[in-house]
Amino acid sequence: MDEPLISLTGVKKSFGPVSVLRGVDLKAYPGKVTALVGDNGAGKSTLIKGLAGVQPYDEGEVRFDGETVTLHNPREASRLGIEVVYQDLALADNLDIVQNMFLGREETSWGTFDEGRMELETSKALQQLSVRTVKSVRQKVASLSGGQRQTVAIARSVINKSRLVILDEPTAALGVAQTEQVINLVKRLAEQNVAVIIISHNLADVFKVADFISVLYLGQMVASVKTVDTSYDDVVGYITGSKTYTGEPA
Amino acid sequence: MSTAARDAETTEASPDPIVGDMIGSGVEGGVGDQVRAYFQRLRGGEMGALPAIGGLVVLAILFAFLSPYFLTERNFANLLTQAATLVMLGMALVFVILLGEIDLSAGVTGGVAMCAFIVLVDVAKWNTWVSLGVGFLIGIATGAFIGFFVARVGIPSFVVTLGLFLGFQGIELIIIGNGGLYNVQDPAILAIMNNNLPIWGGWVMLAIMVLISIGTSFWDRRRRSTAGVPNRAVVLVWIKVLVVAVIGGIVVGLLSQNRGTGFIKVEGVPIVVPITLAILWIGTFVLDRTKYGRYLYAVGGNAEAARRSGVNVIRIRWIAFIICSFLAVVSQLFSISKVGSVDPSAGVAIVLSGVAAAVVGGVSLFGGRGRLMHAAIGAVVIAVITNGLGLLNLPAGVNYAVTGGVLILAATVDAVSRVRAGGSLVRH
Repeated sequence: MDEPLISLTGVKKSFGPVSVLRGVDLKAYPGKVTALVGDNGAGKSTLIKGLAGVQPYDEGEVRFDGETVTLHNPREASRLGIEVVYQDLALADNLDIVQNMFLGREETSWGTFDEGRMELETSKALQQLSVRTVKSVRQKVASLSGGQRQTVAIARSVINKSRLVILDEPTAALGVAQTEQVINLVKRLAEQNVAVIIISHNLADVFKVADFISVLYLGQMVASVKTVDTSYDDVVGYITGSKTYTGEPA
Repeated sequence: MSTAARDAETTEASPDPIVGDMIGSGVEGGVGDQVRAYFQRLRGGEMGALPAIGGLVVLAILFAFLSPYFLTERNFANLLTQAATLVMLGMALVFVILLGEIDLSAGVTGGVAMCAFIVLVDVAKWNTWVSLGVGFLIGIATGAFIGFFVARVGIPSFVVTLGLFLGFQGIELIIIGNGGLYNVQDPAILAIMNNNLPIWGGWVMLAIMVLISIGTSFWDRRRRSTAGVPNRAVVLVWIKVLVVAVIGGIVVGLLSQNRGTGFIKVEGVPIVVPITLAILWIGTFVLDRTKYGRYLYAVGGNAEAARRSGVNVIRIRWIAFIICSFLAVVSQLFSISKVGSVDPSAGVAIVLSGVAAAVVGGVSLFGGRGRLMHAAIGAVVIAVITNGLGLLNLPAGVNYAVTGGVLILAATVDAVSRVRAGGSLVRH
């Protein structure tokens, strides 16, 4: 087995008297999709916010590429190549696709925008993910469908050359066809040798796309399994706490 | 075709993701395709300044029929100087309106700056330019003050600037004294609105505009070619240049005629015109081509998205208020140059007309949409209404009523086009 790109060991986080994460381990491998599942309040968001550097962990070890790192703020996270695609899509409606893709990291020459280069990079990024639904990269994001917006948000990580992409409920608000489209997109993202962590409540999606499934239950990682070694019923059992995983963490 | 159907039919993965045709950027095809794409954007609700330009043309034709004086060279020059103060104030406000904010104190900020300026010159006998510098510093400081409370402390800009609007009227009174009035005597200040460029100066100005228009267009095209992305058909550049040259040529030509009524010749482009055009060009350059401008639009569209992308939202907001207050001082400088005096009510009445100018021109009060040019056109629309109705000898009440009606009409056009563009009537 390859070395994990990122591995968390014994991560803890509490808000006042409430401990949300009580010693969590998590690994994600390059080129693989790891699904993070768990019921509401299990600590998924808190775990992700720690990886994004938004809410640093209280305790625990974070190893990235085999080296111990700190994640105290979003800049440290993005310097490592960690990108979080949030549920409420972080896109500006009034800007076009290229402008959104490069927001915060525009290419300039002579102090002004090199629009041509940005356009080309955007086209390439969308092509790498085999996106065919977008007619023009100069469309305003306001005119895009939910699936297309999710596509743009995910494609940003290709532009950034991200190494770990975390998707927070990428299919929550989408219809059937668009969900399928985003699932394919996630697979292609992993094919670019990116480590992907996907948070989802939709177990059908999880089983379609994930290589590994990690289950959080009340702030503890109760199961980390290969998707092929487990079943839908087992995972539901781990999530609800009615079943206990006895094997070694995968 | 419905979105779902469009998505469904194009989800199949290609065997090799790199191969396959490029995604377009909307510049492909000939002139016909571009024109069709433009009308498609219009139908999609991206109307920009088109309603205002249409309104301007309708008003101009209307007043030309109703008044024999409207289309004279003299009135045309008058109109430009009447509009200049409002154009500048409208452009100032665009910077904060793009953020979805407002600056109700923009007028009185300029007013206080001019009160300080005139007292320093007239009473303290300071040098004109040093005093003017102090005026601009007051503008910058006011902008920084508003920016601090809005961007850092988080007070709604409406409240902060309403407070300043009230307070600064008091400060104007304190500086000038009740019922006081100072005449502007410096010829350089008076020249802005009352003197004209020599005739050759007008043509040189037009030549520079045409050259800049050609230069930037071809610079852009070269950079796009270097990057390897397609360009628009080159004929479109020449059409744009031709439009600038023809409209500019008509304007400069008209202003080059003698419009004096007595023995003294009055001819040439008013000095305020090149100043306004230069600021318009610089501002547009910043908004369209620099990071600051892009981030201003991004913060106005979705501040959270901008923040997550690493944009320093506080800084962007702060600077926007500083720019707005600075340009507001320029606007009041125009005003005192035209009026020839400073009294304690400087800049009190005009600020809402400035907001109206921006909105009439197509700048969205919800933030994120609009250009400087839009505010300038909107200001000219309002100036044409004032000017035309004045020529018809209608009472001032009619003027206010018509301007108000036009504003509501423009806001309705904005709201309806937002719905078409996929937004909603309510802010969310």
